[in-house]
Amino acid sequence: MSTALAQKRGLGAAIWDYLTTVDHKKIAQLYLVSGGIFFLIGGLEAMLIRIQLMQPNSDFISAGLYNEMITMHGTTMIFLAAMPLIFALMNAVVPLQIGARDVAFPFLNSLGFWLFLAGGLILNCSWFLGGAPDAGWTAYAPLSATSPGHGVDYYVIGLQISGAGTLIGGINFLVTIVNMRAPGMSYMRMPLFTWASFVTSNLILFAFPALTVGLFLLMFDRMFGSAFFDVGLGGNAIIWEHLFWIFGHPEVYILILPVFGAFSDIFSTFSTKRLFGYSAMVFATVLIGFLGFMVWAHHMFTTGLGPVANSIFAVSTMAIAVPTGIKIFNWLFTMWGGKIRMTSAMLWSIAFIPTFTIGGMTGVMLAAAAADYQYHDTYFVVAHFHYVIVGGVVFGFFAALHYWWPKMFGKVLNEKLGKLAFWPFFIGFHLTFFIQHFLGLMGMPRRYWTYQEGQGLDLGNLISTVGAFLMAIGTLIFVYNVIYTAMKEKKVSGDPWDGRTLEWSIPSPPPFYNFKQTPLVRGLDPLWIEKQDGKTGMTPAEPLGDIHMPNGSFLPFLMSLGLFIAGFGFIYQVDHKGWLALVFIGMGITLGSMLTRSLKDDLGYHVHKEELEEGGGNHES
Amino acid sequence: MKGWMGKFRMLFLFGALSLILSGCGVDNISALKPEGYGSELLFDLMLISIAIMLFVFVIVMAIYTFVIIRYRQKKGQEDYIPKQTEGNKALEIIWTVIPIILLLVLAVPTVQATFDLADNSGSEEEGAINIEVTGNQYWWHFNYKGQEISTSQDLYIPKDKRVHLTMKSTDVIHSFWVPSIAGKMDTNPGDNQNTMSLEAYEEGEYLGQCAELCGPSHSLMDFRVIAVSQEEFDQWVEDMKNVDPEAQPESDVAREGQELFNNNCMSCHAIGSAPAGVGPNMTNFANRSKIAGILDPTKENLVDWIVHPDEIKPGNQMPSNLVNEDEAEKIAEYLLQLDHTDVTPESAEQN
Ligand code: HEC
Ligand SMILES: [Cu+2]
Repeated sequence: MSTALAQKRGLGAAIWDYLTTVDHKKIAQLYLVSGGIFFLIGGLEAMLIRIQLMQPNSDFISAGLYNEMITMHGTTMIFLAAMPLIFALMNAVVPLQIGARDVAFPFLNSLGFWLFLAGGLILNCSWFLGGAPDAGWTAYAPLSATSPGHGVDYYVIGLQISGAGTLIGGINFLVTIVNMRAPGMSYMRMPLFTWASFVTSNLILFAFPALTVGLFLLMFDRMFGSAFFDVGLGGNAIIWEHLFWIFGHPEVYILILPVFGAFSDIFSTFSTKRLFGYSAMVFATVLIGFLGFMVWAHHMFTTGLGPVANSIFAVSTMAIAVPTGIKIFNWLFTMWGGKIRMTSAMLWSIAFIPTFTIGGMTGVMLAAAAADYQYHDTYFVVAHFHYVIVGGVVFGFFAALHYWWPKMFGKVLNEKLGKLAFWPFFIGFHLTFFIQHFLGLMGMPRRYWTYQEGQGLDLGNLISTVGAFLMAIGTLIFVYNVIYTAMKEKKVSGDPWDGRTLEWSIPSPPPFYNFKQTPLVRGLDPLWIEKQDGKTGMTPAEPLGDIHMPNGSFLPFLMSLGLFIAGFGFIYQVDHKGWLALVFIGMGITLGSMLTRSLKDDLGYHVHKEELEEGGGNHES
Repeated sequence: MKGWMGKFRMLFLFGALSLILSGCGVDNISALKPEGYGSELLFDLMLISIAIMLFVFVIVMAIYTFVIIRYRQKKGQEDYIPKQTEGNKALEIIWTVIPIILLLVLAVPTVQATFDLADNSGSEEEGAINIEVTGNQYWWHFNYKGQEISTSQDLYIPKDKRVHLTMKSTDVIHSFWVPSIAGKMDTNPGDNQNTMSLEAYEEGEYLGQCAELCGPSHSLMDFRVIAVSQEEFDQWVEDMKNVDPEAQPESDVAREGQELFNNNCMSCHAIGSAPAGVGPNMTNFANRSKIAGILDPTKENLVDWIVHPDEIKPGNQMPSNLVNEDEAEKIAEYLLQLDHTDVTPESAEQN
C-alpha cells in the first residue's frame, strides 16, 4: 500500500498499515524509529552516568541506581539501539542493492522486528516495576544469578525475546542474499554493504544461539531453582563468561561489519572512484568474521585460564588487526586519486578513519594478554570500546543515514545542519573518551559509582563529562535536522549523489515493489557501468510482467504480543504461582497465531502489468 | 625479559614515551608509575605495544592527511571523472605483510610476559610466603598459610620478596588489583582458585581495588598492600602470632566496649588468628589507614560506620543498628586500641 493511499484513509489506517506491513522498507523505518528512540534513552542514561562521575565522592545518583544505569546503558545501546539500527540499514538497503523486490521471508522480517520491540519494551518496563537489572550488561554469574529483585529477570526475558527476533532477522538476510540476487549479480559483484550484511548474518546465526543458551541457563537458575552457575551446588560460574563472550565478541563484529560496508560504499561514491582492492576488501570482511569466533577469551584474560590459553587468544586477537588494517589502507587508497566531495556522509566517514585506527590500536594493546592484567576492567577498556563502537558504529550510522536518507525518505538531510551536528559530536567524543585511556591506567576501574579524592582522577573525569555534553548537543542537532528536513526540505531525484549501485537506479522512495523490472547486472557498481555507457538507468533482465507480492499480516505483531505477556508471567511466577496464568494466556496467543499462520494459506497477490504501465500499482488486493 | 628491556629503554622513543606516561597519576596508585615486579614488566610491555602502534598510526595519518587535502574536489572539477583503479597487488601485499611482522614483534614479549607472570614455582620453596586472598562483598581477607595469621583489608608483605597469592571468593566474582605493583587477577567462587604473585621494590602503602563489578559497593572495596622491610615484616609476623585475643584494654570505657563487642559482633568478626568469618578480622584494626577500606580512621567515622554501615557501603553484609550510638562509642573506644603490633602503615613510609 502506498503512503498516498494510506494518508487518504487517515491516521488509524496508517498505524494499521505499519502494524501489519511486511514491506522491508517500512520495516526499516520501524527499526529506525524504535532504534533511534532507544539510542536517545541509552544516551540519557550515559549522561546521568557522566554527571555522577563529574566530581569525586558524588552521590548525584545512589550506588544501586548507578549499577542499574550502567547495566541499562550498555544493554540498551548494544541490543536495543545498535542492533535495530543495523537491521534498519540492512532492510532499507540490501534488497535494493541486490535488485530484489523484498527479502526472502517478508513475514519473518516483520516478526523479527516485533519480537525485538517486545523484548526491548519488557526490558525497559523494569524501570517502573521495581528496578532495572544491575549486574552489568555482561551479567556475570553469580552476581546476576543472585541479584535481588526482578531486575535481572527482566534482562533475561527481554534479551531472550529480542534475541529471537535478531536470530530470525539474521537468517532472513542470509537467505535473501544467497537466493534473491538479480541476474548477473554474482557474489563478487555485490556491493560491500551487502557483503558485510551477508557476513554479519552468518555471525548472527552462529553467535546468538550461545547467548540464548546462556540466558536459558540463567533463567532456570533464577526462576526454576536450577544451579548451573551455583558453585555451592556443583555449578560453574565461569561457564557464563564463556557463553556470554562466545556470543559477545562476534556481536562486536556483527555491529561493525555492516558499517564497514556502508563506509566502503560511501568512500567510493563520494570519491567518484571504484572501491580500491575490492576482492581484498571482501576477503578481509570474511576473515574478520571468521576470526571473530576465535578470540572470545580475550575478554577473560584475568579469569584465570592459564598462560597457554591466554597466549593463544592473545595471538589470535592480534591477528584480527591484519584484515582490519587492510581495510583502512584500501579506504585510503579509494580516496587516493579521487575527487572527494565533502558531504556530511563523507565527513562522518573521514572522521571515522583516525578514530577507528586509535580504537584498533588500543585493541592490539589489549590483546597483549599480560598487559591486560593492567587494562582489564578499567577505564582503558571503556575508552577502547567506545572508540570502536561510537567511533566506528555510531559514526557509521550517522554517515549511512545521511547517505541513504534520500533513498528511504526521498529527501536529503539538510547539509548545513548535518555538519553542525558533526562538529560538537566529534569534538565531544574525543574529549569524553581519549582521556579515559589515561584514567584507566592511572587506576580507575570501570563500573565505579564514584572515586575518592586525591587519586588524581578529578580533572580527567570533569573533562570527560564536558565532552559528553557536547556529544549530547550534536545528537540533538541531528534529531532537529531530521524534523527540519521532513518539514522544510524538497524532494530529490532517485540518484542525488551520483550513485554507483542498484539502489540509486530507482525512484526515492522506491515503489513498494522496488523494481518494475528486475535489472540486469553487468559488473561491480552496475549503475556506474550503465552511466559510463551513456545510459540513464539499468537494462531490464525481464519483460514487463505481473509482480507477485506478499500480503500484509497482523500475526507477527500478535505472536510478539503473546510473548510480551508471557514474559511478565515468567518473571512474576517466582513470587506467586497465580502469575502463571499470564504465561498460559501469552503462549496461547503466540501458539494460536502460529497455528493460524500454518493452516491458513496466504499466497499473496499480483500487481498487474497494466497497472505497472500506468506508472501506478498502488493497488492491494 | 627485564635485562634486554633495560637496554631497550635507552632508546629515545622509549625514554620519551615512558617519561610522558609516568607523569600520569598518583604514586602508589597509578599503573604508569610501576613500583613492583609485575607492574614494571607490564609497563615495559605497554611501551613496546604503544611504540609499535604509534609507528603505524603515524603512517596512516600521513597518507590520510595527504589524501584528504590533495584529492578534495576543487572548483571546476565538477565534471572530471577520476581514473577507476581496481587495486594494486604489490600494495596489498605490503600492508598485509608489514603488520604481520609488527604483530610478531609484539607477540613474542607478550607470550613471554604471560608465562613469566603465571610462573608460580617459587611458592613451593623453603621460606616462601603464601597468602590466601579471599574476596567478599565488599572486603578482602588474607590468610598467611602455615603462619596462623589472619588479617583483613591491609595486606602486609616484605619488600623485594616475591609473595605468592592463591585467590578465591566467598560470594560473587571480584578482581584483586594493585596497579602500582602488579596487575590484577579475578577471585572466583568455589574451587576455581587463581594464583598470582606480588613483589614491591619500595616500601610503601599501595592502593588496591576491586576491578570486577560485584554489587552496589563495588567502587568502595578498596584495600591496601603495605610493603615493609624484611625486619619489620618478621616483627609483624611475630606480633600477630602472639596476640592475646582476650587482652583487657586499659580504660573502663574500652572494657565496656569489649564486652559489647563480644556480645554483639563476634558472631561475624574475629580477633586473633581465627579464620575468616562473615566480617573482617579486627586484630590490628587500630592500625588500619582506613575504616572499611574508605573512611578516615576517626572515632566519629567509626561510630557512624558501626551504627549505619549500610549508608556508607550500600548492600554490605553488616547489619545496621545492632547497637545504639552510645554503645557504638564505647565499642569504637575498644576497637581503636587494637594495635597488637608496632608495625603499621607508617612503618612503610618512614624510609
Ligand atoms: C552479620 C555479620 C556482622 C555483624 C554481626 C557485625 N559486622 Fe561488622 N562487618 C561485617 C562485614 C561483612 C563487614 C565488611 C563490610 C564491608 O566493608 O563491606 C564489617 C565491617 C566492619 C568494620 C570495618 C572493618 C575494617 O576492617 O575496616 C567494623 C569496624 C565493624 N564491622 C564493626 C562491627 C561492630 C562494632 C559490630 C557489632 C556492633 C559488627 N561489626 C557486627 C559483618 C558484621
Ligand atoms: Cu568486588
